Amino acid sequence: MSDSKSIASGKGSYEPEHDYSTGLAVVAPDKVADPGLEPHRVRMTDKSVKHEKAAARQVSAMFLASVLGSIFSIYAYFAFPLSDDLGTVRNNTLFMGLGITLGLFGIGFGAVHWAKTLMPDAEVAEERHQTRGSEAVRARAIEIIKLADSESGFSRRKLIRRSMYGALAMFPLPAIFFFGDLGPDPKDSLRHTMWKKGTRLAKDPSGLPIKASDVTLGSVFHVIPEGLAELEHHKLEEKAKAAVLLVRLDPNDIKESAERASWSYDGIVAYSKICTHVGCPVALYEQQTHHLLCPCHQSTFDVTDECKVIFGPASRPLPQLPIAVDAEGYLIAQSDFTEPVGPSFWER
Amino acid sequence: MAFMKRNVNGARRHPLAAILVIAAGLALSGGGYAAATAAVENVAPATAAASAAQIDEGRKLFLSNCASCHGKNAEGTVNAPSLIGVGAASVAFQVETGRMPGQASGPQLMVKPVQFTQEQSDAMAAYVASLAPGPAIPTAAQIAADGDTERGGELFRINCAMCHNAVGAGGALTQGKYAPSLMKVKAEHIYEAMLTGPQNMPVFNDANLTPTDKKDIITYLAYVQTNPSAGGYELAGLGPVVEGLFVWIFVLGFIIAITIWLGAKSN
Repeated sequence: MSDSKSIASGKGSYEPEHDYSTGLAVVAPDKVADPGLEPHRVRMTDKSVKHEKAAARQVSAMFLASVLGSIFSIYAYFAFPLSDDLGTVRNNTLFMGLGITLGLFGIGFGAVHWAKTLMPDAEVAEERHQTRGSEAVRARAIEIIKLADSESGFSRRKLIRRSMYGALAMFPLPAIFFFGDLGPDPKDSLRHTMWKKGTRLAKDPSGLPIKASDVTLGSVFHVIPEGLAELEHHKLEEKAKAAVLLVRLDPNDIKESAERASWSYDGIVAYSKICTHVGCPVALYEQQTHHLLCPCHQSTFDVTDECKVIFGPASRPLPQLPIAVDAEGYLIAQSDFTEPVGPSFWER
Repeated sequence: MAFMKRNVNGARRHPLAAILVIAAGLALSGGGYAAATAAVENVAPATAAASAAQIDEGRKLFLSNCASCHGKNAEGTVNAPSLIGVGAASVAFQVETGRMPGQASGPQLMVKPVQFTQEQSDAMAAYVASLAPGPAIPTAAQIAADGDTERGGELFRINCAMCHNAVGAGGALTQGKYAPSLMKVKAEHIYEAMLTGPQNMPVFNDANLTPTDKKDIITYLAYVQTNPSAGGYELAGLGPVVEGLFVWIFVLGFIIAITIWLGAKSN
């Protein structure tokens, strides 16, 4: 523990009141000598009166600039008034803001420049005092605590003390119930959407149903379930799950597995628009390559191949909505999605 | 012998020379023809049935400029799709924006200086339209920016914004393709693009976006271009990436500069 002494005595300008033990701390020997303070360098403003006067002028120029900025800000308030035209907001806020900026920065720069060039610049070292108090101070502190204890009766009055502990312990308990409300159990709502057997496919946002004959080759429709536009509650929540992208492909281009052969209608396929990565709307459809691109993280899905992932961070294909045509020629859903739409969740 | 050799070499011209000569000849005669019929065309409204002379003129232009890729009867080849049924709107969009005739193969055909006069483009459009029914060039009333801006904005955000950006500034697609900026694009061409789905853009037929819907979208695009942003400078409307970059470089740079100045000793 020879190091402890060197640390305690160090290069400080004072003698320590106590001997310190480093306890269990590992103290590395200080191999690099303390270089001390840099030699004092005299400023130009200390050497020549001309420079001193120039610096003084600069400081007052900055304060004057601040004055001008504040005045300009008031001027801008009247010169660029707000009107019914939303475009006037831009110049109003811009020029008032520039004026206030100049007002504040002028004061700040002036003050700092003043301190740096004209105020005394002698280096001063102020040593930190020891953390441990002197014996007298410590004894006095203990005395105060004991006095407070005897005057309040904290140790003596057991009933008061214990009831206070009880109150303090109970106080945080309501938070458990408050925070519980932040996330109600979604139950099975993540597994179901508004789509059910016979729901017509409708255009977003008008809610008008779509005929199969309307979907020409190369077309893309942004689809919501019919009835969603009329919902009064949870409309956005339902839309966020049920949004669908509808495209028509050349039936020869489609690679369908046997169990999905009946899910499309004459080349028309419908896929969930919610990315299986983190749930962005996947809607950048390229009609020649049949790639569907997610704008958030560039996951790319192949529409001809059951929307399998061909690039990017998504790990699952987009769920397909089985569709059919009703007696009037409108596209309808055969059922809900057969798997949960959107990003993964724990119980999936 | 030497004479013979030179003669043989002289006869071996560039393989494209013949095509060039024919193209030049056709263009000259076509141009003369177009000039002769210009007066008639100016009188006829754009939607009126094209005259037989205009169609014939268009066919000649097609044969000399387009047929090498699209086939002599516009039936398409391995290099280019069939133009039967694409309609006048498709020709007008591709030719009047300079995308056609294509210059080089690549991820996407780019906008280039326009290669044909309006009369020539109209003639080719009339010829392609005469092959099979297809989308027609929109009328002035259909593309006038006097629709419902708010509704147009909603339709734009649902149908177009994912590729073209919320204010039509454009954006990237896969493998070098991109959705071009819609700023300064003529309303006629926006309408034609929706109707015909050029290149990788999907088709938005009149059942999907009705003519009123299309007009509203054009109105919205005209609005965002002519009205300054109330919130300050748009930085090309490209959103958080550009705005973030601006803050990182300029604002953070300014803060660092001030910090250094504060810590530096006066000279």
